Amino acid sequence: MSKKIDEQSASISSADAKGPWDTPSSGSSGKPKKDVGGEPVADTPGEKPGPRNPWEPSVVEGGKRQRGPSLEDLLRRTGGGKGGGFGGMPKRADGKSWWPIIVGAFVALWLVWTSFHRLGPEQEGVITFFGKYSRTVGPGIQFTLPAPIENIQKVDTKQIQTTAVGSAKASSENLVLTKDQSIIDMAYDVRWSIKDPELYLFQLDNADGTVKEVAESAMRAAVANYDLTQAIGPGRGAIELEVRRRMQQVLDEYRAGVLVQSISIRQSDPPAEVNDAFREVNAAQQRRESYMNDARAYASRVTELAIGETAEFDKIYVQYKEAPEVTKRRLYYETMEQVLGKVDKTVVETGGVTPYLPIPEFKSRPAPKDEPVTVTGKRQ
Amino acid sequence: MNQSLLRNPLYIGFAAVAALILLSMSVTIVPETQQAIISSYGKVDRVVNPYRKGEQFGETRAGLTFRIPLVEQIQMIDKRVLSVEMEQQEVLSTDQLRLQVDAFARFRVTKPDRMYRTIRTEDRLRDQLRTILGSSLRNELGKRTFSSLLSAERGQVMDNIQTALNREASKYGAEVIDVRIKRADLPAATLQSAYNRMRSARNQEAIAIDAEGQKEAQIIRADAEAEAARIYAISYGKDPDFYDFYRAMQSYRQTFQNGEGATNIILSPQNAYLEKFRNGR
Repeated sequence: MSKKIDEQSASISSADAKGPWDTPSSGSSGKPKKDVGGEPVADTPGEKPGPRNPWEPSVVEGGKRQRGPSLEDLLRRTGGGKGGGFGGMPKRADGKSWWPIIVGAFVALWLVWTSFHRLGPEQEGVITFFGKYSRTVGPGIQFTLPAPIENIQKVDTKQIQTTAVGSAKASSENLVLTKDQSIIDMAYDVRWSIKDPELYLFQLDNADGTVKEVAESAMRAAVANYDLTQAIGPGRGAIELEVRRRMQQVLDEYRAGVLVQSISIRQSDPPAEVNDAFREVNAAQQRRESYMNDARAYASRVTELAIGETAEFDKIYVQYKEAPEVTKRRLYYETMEQVLGKVDKTVVETGGVTPYLPIPEFKSRPAPKDEPVTVTGKRQ
Repeated sequence: MNQSLLRNPLYIGFAAVAALILLSMSVTIVPETQQAIISSYGKVDRVVNPYRKGEQFGETRAGLTFRIPLVEQIQMIDKRVLSVEMEQQEVLSTDQLRLQVDAFARFRVTKPDRMYRTIRTEDRLRDQLRTILGSSLRNELGKRTFSSLLSAERGQVMDNIQTALNREASKYGAEVIDVRIKRADLPAATLQSAYNRMRSARNQEAIAIDAEGQKEAQIIRADAEAEAARIYAISYGKDPDFYDFYRAMQSYRQTFQNGEGATNIILSPQNAYLEKFRNGR
């Protein structure tokens, strides 16, 4: 029974795929290849062309039950050929097989495909001979022995890779402890390139991951040497340099073949949780500035006033020195004129007269005390 | 017969597959990144491309290697620097502060035969080292104060851990190259108090800055007033009497002329101003 199934599935598969090296037993397809194959193929009359389900024993067609090719048919067909079941390869004009040509073409394609390699200007190729390191080649078209013998691995050596640690998003904070046990939220980029492609390929398991880990470790170690105020502000440049130095040192210890180009701190801020307190400090700094500005304004006013007043005095004093008595008198009279010129004046003769002073004018301003402003006696 | 064999792709295929199987059983490519243990019935026979310190690529023993099919087995062991990462652990420092530590170590299998005999695969070696790394980290960090964990003393700590780890690793034919703390974080509860501390420190700073601003402002004002006084003194000190007179005149003008409210002045004839007025009468 199993044999029958095998035979049937074989015949079906050959009907499905009509490649050039199909088995000739294409009875179910109804398309005999006897003109090409030269093998006598027993046609099964009444078979419909096209694939059909081998597991379906019969097909109802025109009211007549038809069976698939019987075991006897198949046996007869496969056994009837003179060369056995798979000898039915189509032949070339001179009667030789196509096989060598096809295999040859594949081999040639394989050779070309695995022997010539195009390397971009940023690439270097590391060639291994049966797994063993052989040589490193530069950009251009490069030739190697075909695939199982020599292999090439292309490495971007000129390109600078960027590994980002931490993110600028507020949701995920990359918290780092500082020397004074404060916490800052950091994000930075590591730019590195491959210095030595052999080392890069053969020396480290997961080299890219190593770079990131070493960067994180170096950054944390560096930041732990700085105070909070340093780390979020003026110390950034120094931290970057220190991280680069530490990273290079560690990676060289690993012989990673990696050159750390630069570290750039994208963000070094206090965590969002305490940001308001930091803003308050900024506000206080602004306030301090404004206090001092106000004070400076006052100071300049006071001193300028002093300079102005004393300058006036000095000028008049010079005049006064020239003619003291006259100047003094003049100043006195001028002042009196100005003072008395615009006010109401009453001259009261003293001695025996009791002056009655009606004070009707005091209405313009409700004075707290109804007492006239009296100036008596000598001035000077 | 020959003719039909050549023509029949199945036979060629069979032959090719059989040859390939035989070849793959006897010939193996050992890449630069691997070292191969060849053993017969569990007994290590030889090691191909073993790690040697300071060797250059191209001078290694990588490449094709042959073995007797079915009798000898081959097992690849990584030759590269491998990493073992410890999952985050809480470490208690001597001053009873908690720290969450995330560490990693780099190691390399230097004696593949010993490693193969004792622990067989890299993954199991990794597990083993991870456990040891965790415990020696806890031990070593537990002897330190919190602040020293953060500072430069960490180098010494790491060296101690590396030594401890190396002692264990050498039993398995491995060498620890480096141990590093990747992250040292405060646990959530401590984090909050650290935030509070940071906030109070900032508030204190803000208040201090504010007060300093006021102080500075006052000093600036006082300086200015002192300066003004000095200027006045130099100028007016030349003749105090004249200053008195001059200032009085200014004061009268200010008070009676520019001052607010109506002014009524009642003068006595004895007033100095009216002296001539009186005499002339």
